[in-house]
Amino acid sequence: MNLHKQLVVIGGGPAGMAAAISAKENGIDDILILERGEFLGGILNQCIHAGFGLHTFNEELTGPEYATRYTDRIEALKIEYSLNTMVLSIKKDKTIVAVSRDKGLMNIKTEAVILAMGCRERTRGAINIAGSRPAGIFTAGTAQYYINIMGKTIGKKIVILGSGDIGLIMARRLTLEGAEVKTVLELLPYSNGLGRNIAQCLEDFDIPLMLSHTIVGITGKERLEGITIASVDEKLTPIPGSEQFIECDTLLLSVGLIPENELTTDAEVEIDQRTSGAVINENLETSVEGIFACGNVLHVHDLVDYVSDEAARAGKKATQYLKNGITKNEYKNIIAQNGVRYCVPQKFEKLTPETPLFFRVTTPCDRRFVAVFADGEAVYKKREAYLTPSEMQIIKLNDEICEKLNKATQISIELI
Amino acid sequence: MFDIAIIGAGVSGCMLARSLSRYKLRVCVLESSYDVAGGASRANSAIIHAGYDPVPGTLKAKLNVRGAELMKTVVRELGVEYRELPSIVLAYDDEQMKTVRELKARAEANNVKAVRIIGKDEILKLEPKVNPEIVGALYADSAIVCPYGLTIAAAENAAANGVEFRLNFEVTDIKFENNEFIINNEIKAKYVVNAAGVNSGKISTLIGDTSFKITPRRGEYLIYDKKSLCVSSVLFTVPTKLGKGVLVAPSVSGNMLVGPNSEKVEDEAERSTTVKGQDFVFNNARRILPVLTKRGVINEFAGVRAIPDTDDFIIGFSDKNPCFLQVAGIESPGLASSPAIAEYATELLKQAGVMMIENPDATMLRKQFPRIADATPDEAEELIKQNSLYAHIICRCETISEAEIVTAIHRPLGARSIDGVKFRTRAGMGRCQGGFCLPKITEILARELKIPIEEVTKFGGNSQILYS
Repeated sequence: MNLHKQLVVIGGGPAGMAAAISAKENGIDDILILERGEFLGGILNQCIHAGFGLHTFNEELTGPEYATRYTDRIEALKIEYSLNTMVLSIKKDKTIVAVSRDKGLMNIKTEAVILAMGCRERTRGAINIAGSRPAGIFTAGTAQYYINIMGKTIGKKIVILGSGDIGLIMARRLTLEGAEVKTVLELLPYSNGLGRNIAQCLEDFDIPLMLSHTIVGITGKERLEGITIASVDEKLTPIPGSEQFIECDTLLLSVGLIPENELTTDAEVEIDQRTSGAVINENLETSVEGIFACGNVLHVHDLVDYVSDEAARAGKKATQYLKNGITKNEYKNIIAQNGVRYCVPQKFEKLTPETPLFFRVTTPCDRRFVAVFADGEAVYKKREAYLTPSEMQIIKLNDEICEKLNKATQISIELI
Repeated sequence: MFDIAIIGAGVSGCMLARSLSRYKLRVCVLESSYDVAGGASRANSAIIHAGYDPVPGTLKAKLNVRGAELMKTVVRELGVEYRELPSIVLAYDDEQMKTVRELKARAEANNVKAVRIIGKDEILKLEPKVNPEIVGALYADSAIVCPYGLTIAAAENAAANGVEFRLNFEVTDIKFENNEFIINNEIKAKYVVNAAGVNSGKISTLIGDTSFKITPRRGEYLIYDKKSLCVSSVLFTVPTKLGKGVLVAPSVSGNMLVGPNSEKVEDEAERSTTVKGQDFVFNNARRILPVLTKRGVINEFAGVRAIPDTDDFIIGFSDKNPCFLQVAGIESPGLASSPAIAEYATELLKQAGVMMIENPDATMLRKQFPRIADATPDEAEELIKQNSLYAHIICRCETISEAEIVTAIHRPLGARSIDGVKFRTRAGMGRCQGGFCLPKITEILARELKIPIEEVTKFGGNSQILYS
């Protein structure tokens, strides 16, 4: 089947939905969302806990409720979407090959693409945990799917490695399901989860959080029988003699998310090694003209509200591109340094207050200034009591700052 | 009553079963594991070695060279992933160059063609990422194959020709009475072939033959993402007494394989990975490719090799029983040799008096199972027209459709577990390691096998994924 579309959105999760809605509201009619799952909503469908939407809707919604706000809008606006549809490739010239049971093989030619594929979880293999290879080791999201979508029991005695948000949420979820969560282990001396999740998911249920600990061994021939943990030194190396055995039948890994950029790479889009997402400009446009990116495929966000917000901007910018085209001049890079790990956007031509700067710090720190420099002058400076890599920071720029940045040649964001 | 019972469904046992399946014989294969290719045939370097390494005059030398030649036909008949590429044995100093020259002399004695010594410039032209400290290398034409794919395909072909496979069948007792064997008081056979891999020593003692000893040696590997593949040849360092050492190689699926070490283990089933082993492999591989980092590693695994104390393959009838054929101690280059081992063992059985009458119904061609990832757009359209499940992609990393998974379950000797599906289709072998497709494959297995989902296992036994 050969199709022509003005705008194709890849992924029907929170980012893809918000992007498509925004494009439609800004006047683009010929839109197609391609979603690999059975439903729109992406990962929100399995996030049945509350805590979504506080910024966007001023109320606390569950994942499916939050998703429904957007799916209702998609239906109302009559935006076309194709479910159970896997995109096989995207070319630089914006031709897309996708496949689904209903439509078979689709060759789609489009004028603009919004990438909104989200992210995947890091696995045991990626972090190289030694030991045997029994059943009973899951990434936290996979476990969440088994429990919340399929309604199944994954185990009785659980250990969770990694104190990222999904790990914390799953600690509470499994406890409510009647399992015994023995401990949550964290390699780093601090948690990577939101403070509210530590309180509500661990402390409220007396689940111990063991910081500076990791797993050095897995035991069990068929089903998992236990793990050996050890404390780590400041170089994150296990300390000999500190090993202890914990009996458990299930191990959950919540050890990080990786933006799913295989299709992006296909399309020859430049990738930022620090975010593992595309390098974008102030319009959320990648290095390939007319290909935009937003949500967790661009950089991993803490809150879905931020994803929706960013994606709506991507939809708007894609619309502007489709209507006006974009005349490109020279881009200026925003250099992230001195304690700042990355900044999104990575480059710009002309900043406006519409574009916030997102960044994360390298390590936790307190009582520091976040500063944006334009040719050596600190045009933005804000004192922060505490900064941690687990919380994405946002700088909102005003007209005056934007003007200075637009005039400058050397721009950096750093901690002082 | 079987004419021949083969113990062990590894690559040797399955290739022999396939070879025998062309004749009017009743053959069974007894396998202790939940699936074929459960041992060393699943976890090895996947190289079809050229034949420069074995000592001239040994069975290893003879069967390696013959096997590598036969393999070209076998992989076509069976439809197994196979790719010819160079093997390069790197030398870092004059001492190692001496070994390289010895290997070249061995190659000539073993009648291996297309082997030459190349200089630094040529090496770096072939493999720009290699450590520039190298001084020279041995270059040989060789190949890579999917080792479990080969084993599964041979088993499927044999099964289609009427060979019976008994999985989860651990041989614990062999009696020989009135010129016939009785295995576990259940299976009767005129001839028994011991192709039990790391367990072949134990199996041999069941008939009182203790003429050889098998030492299990574990080898650990790292697998890299396809994006990290940065070599186009198999890169070795010069071999030592403990084996061929750590190598870096592409796999037929386009990943990069790094390993193995070689460590004696007590337990034949000890396939745990270790911190020490992984560090050893990584550090040695970095000597070959200084650019290597751990970024891009998607998984690790270990295999256990059957190392004989005879320094050669043990293939021949036992002194204790003229109807008991040993196919034991098949360490490297066992995979490369496997078609020749099958040919040789078939010949030995023939000489011993087994009647080999061609079965006109048998075929050496295995039924092929299409993969959407390999299909051209036209082929894909056609597949989807025939079966719309080809358009439902379950494993997104490897682009594996539901049709392929369903087929894998219903093929001869079909998949009965998550790993069974994985090793037949590659579903779950990609960069997310099954994170997204595991629940879906669990559902498909339960549906197709008509069992409760809680009974679906990772690899048989008590390896259930879920709790009831």
